[in-house]
Amino acid sequence: MLNSTRNSASSDVMPPLLELRNLSTHYVSASGSRVVRAVDDVSLTLHAGDTVGIVGESGSGKSSLALTLLRVLPPAGRIVSGQMLLDGDDLVPKPENEMRRIRGKKIGMILQDPMASLNPLFTIGDQVGEPLREHEGASRSSAWKRAIGLLKSVRIPSPETRVTQYPHEMSGGMRQRIVGAIGISCEPRLLIADEPTTSLDLTIQLQYLNLLRDLQKEHNLGLIFITHNLGIVAKMCNFLAVMYAGKMVESGPVSQVFNNPAHPYTEALLSSIPRMTENRRRLTAIEGQPPDMSNLPPGCAFAARCPRAFDRCRTEEPPVFTPAPGQTARCWLVAPESRATGAVS
Amino acid sequence: MSVTARDTAVANAGSVREWLRDVPAIPFLILGCIAFAAIFADFLAPYDPQFGSLTDRFKPPFWQHGGSLAHIFGTDHLGRDVYSRLIFGARVSMVVGFTAVIVSGVIGTVLGIVSGYLGGWVDQVIMRLTDTWLALPALTFAIFLAAIVGPSEMNIVIILAAVYWTRYARIVRGEVLSLKEREFVRLAVVAGCSKISIMRRHILPNVVNSSIVLATLMLGVVIVTEASLSFLGVGVPPPKPAWGVMLSDGKQGLMVGYWWLTVMPGVCIMLMVLSANLLGDWLRVKLDPQLRQL
Repeated sequence: MLNSTRNSASSDVMPPLLELRNLSTHYVSASGSRVVRAVDDVSLTLHAGDTVGIVGESGSGKSSLALTLLRVLPPAGRIVSGQMLLDGDDLVPKPENEMRRIRGKKIGMILQDPMASLNPLFTIGDQVGEPLREHEGASRSSAWKRAIGLLKSVRIPSPETRVTQYPHEMSGGMRQRIVGAIGISCEPRLLIADEPTTSLDLTIQLQYLNLLRDLQKEHNLGLIFITHNLGIVAKMCNFLAVMYAGKMVESGPVSQVFNNPAHPYTEALLSSIPRMTENRRRLTAIEGQPPDMSNLPPGCAFAARCPRAFDRCRTEEPPVFTPAPGQTARCWLVAPESRATGAVS
Repeated sequence: MSVTARDTAVANAGSVREWLRDVPAIPFLILGCIAFAAIFADFLAPYDPQFGSLTDRFKPPFWQHGGSLAHIFGTDHLGRDVYSRLIFGARVSMVVGFTAVIVSGVIGTVLGIVSGYLGGWVDQVIMRLTDTWLALPALTFAIFLAAIVGPSEMNIVIILAAVYWTRYARIVRGEVLSLKEREFVRLAVVAGCSKISIMRRHILPNVVNSSIVLATLMLGVVIVTEASLSFLGVGVPPPKPAWGVMLSDGKQGLMVGYWWLTVMPGVCIMLMVLSANLLGDWLRVKLDPQLRQL
């Protein structure tokens, strides 16, 4: 609640850092007969200094959303509709060479696998400095000098010697911090982190998350955190978006969504987190499999797995409802009329 | 800091020694000798390779009856010293072999990277061209080209490069296809690097090893092809002492016992090709274990 008031207050003053309006990305097969709606009608607002967590199962479209934001989709992927406003400037119609200047410069990204994210043949200094040379035309020596500063800011000990070393001389946690340093090297406004901690062990994960949060505060970054770990969302994010089958089924301030999930899918996700305090309750898993993305059923994509689905769910697709201020959900259960008739029980 | 630097220097010296420990010594030595002969041919050759005295025709090597130490490997039908011609022939083989390998390697590697990385129609065009190229028998194709441009040392290099670049393009493209799915290339993309700088900075250094291995292996092939073209009279033009030309000149003498005219250049070609191949095999294992079945 507190977050949403702050959001609305700041949005009066300036446009949000990032605003997605009804964004859709489809993958079309070569023959054009199969269409996968990887990102379907997604709307999202992010302010500088805020963190949005995007959660969903594998294949729910969260990584496609990240690729869409940077417009680095594989050849089969197309942005078919919608707008992506970065500081009020739509990125969708931008020509490729302008887009290239935005990648890394205004929008940074941290990829999943730190062990593979660095080129084994170049020194750390060269790789951290690469975006600086590419975007700001920095000379090799000045890029190198700034790389030392960047390594310091991601808390790498003795950065002066580390810049001269090669990736194989670093541990996994260090490499991921270096990848983080590359992500922030050109001081972007927006940082996308695509499951940055999945391949790190738990203690390193925590360190890394703290580091990301400090960096965010320092640079007033907008952070998009893609994960399937709701615990990380609770720690890192102030806004949560849940994706299912390409759609954003629920979004809202983290505390609001955690306490009052409107969509049964969110509810199921939340109850599948193991909790230390309630050790007597069985862990509930979500029954069934995610739907075939190229052949979605009519109606709500989650209906087949939803314990509370009723007839309308299987025939008609739910639009976006607003169950509480700042919270949205695509579910008939929170439709004003079904509330009135008491369908929610 | 200084301690670590010294330690790494020591470690590097150790690893260099280790690296060189299993260098195949004999091929290395043979190639070294041939290279030495090629570079210092002017000082090493006792006679002019292109002019002989007709009074000294068909002298056998020194250990045979009638031979003398003046012409240790004998003389040919024009009285030219075979030993001197072999030494100058090494120069032709080396120069033609290395330049052709380098030129074809550069062309093939660049096209392979462009084809593999850009994909789409560029890839289609380059790869179909490569397929067509590979379908033509290399030697016939080389003879055909030689007939068009005419014989000269320079033209031989161009022809060999034009015939053999496809091998590099194929292999490099395959490597690039897997490289471009690697995470560090993706990171470069999302960091906003241009395609050219990605190809130059991230792809090229990672395929250079394979290209070098292939080039070493191709050295033998190229030398044999050069010798074949020269033998057939479409290679290095005759007065020049190329090994292939010497074979061709000597072949009539084979039936009447002038064996040294063909055996000497033949052995030279064989030794050089064998050494190049052995060295290539060793390099392949050394630089890129994944390429063993190349």
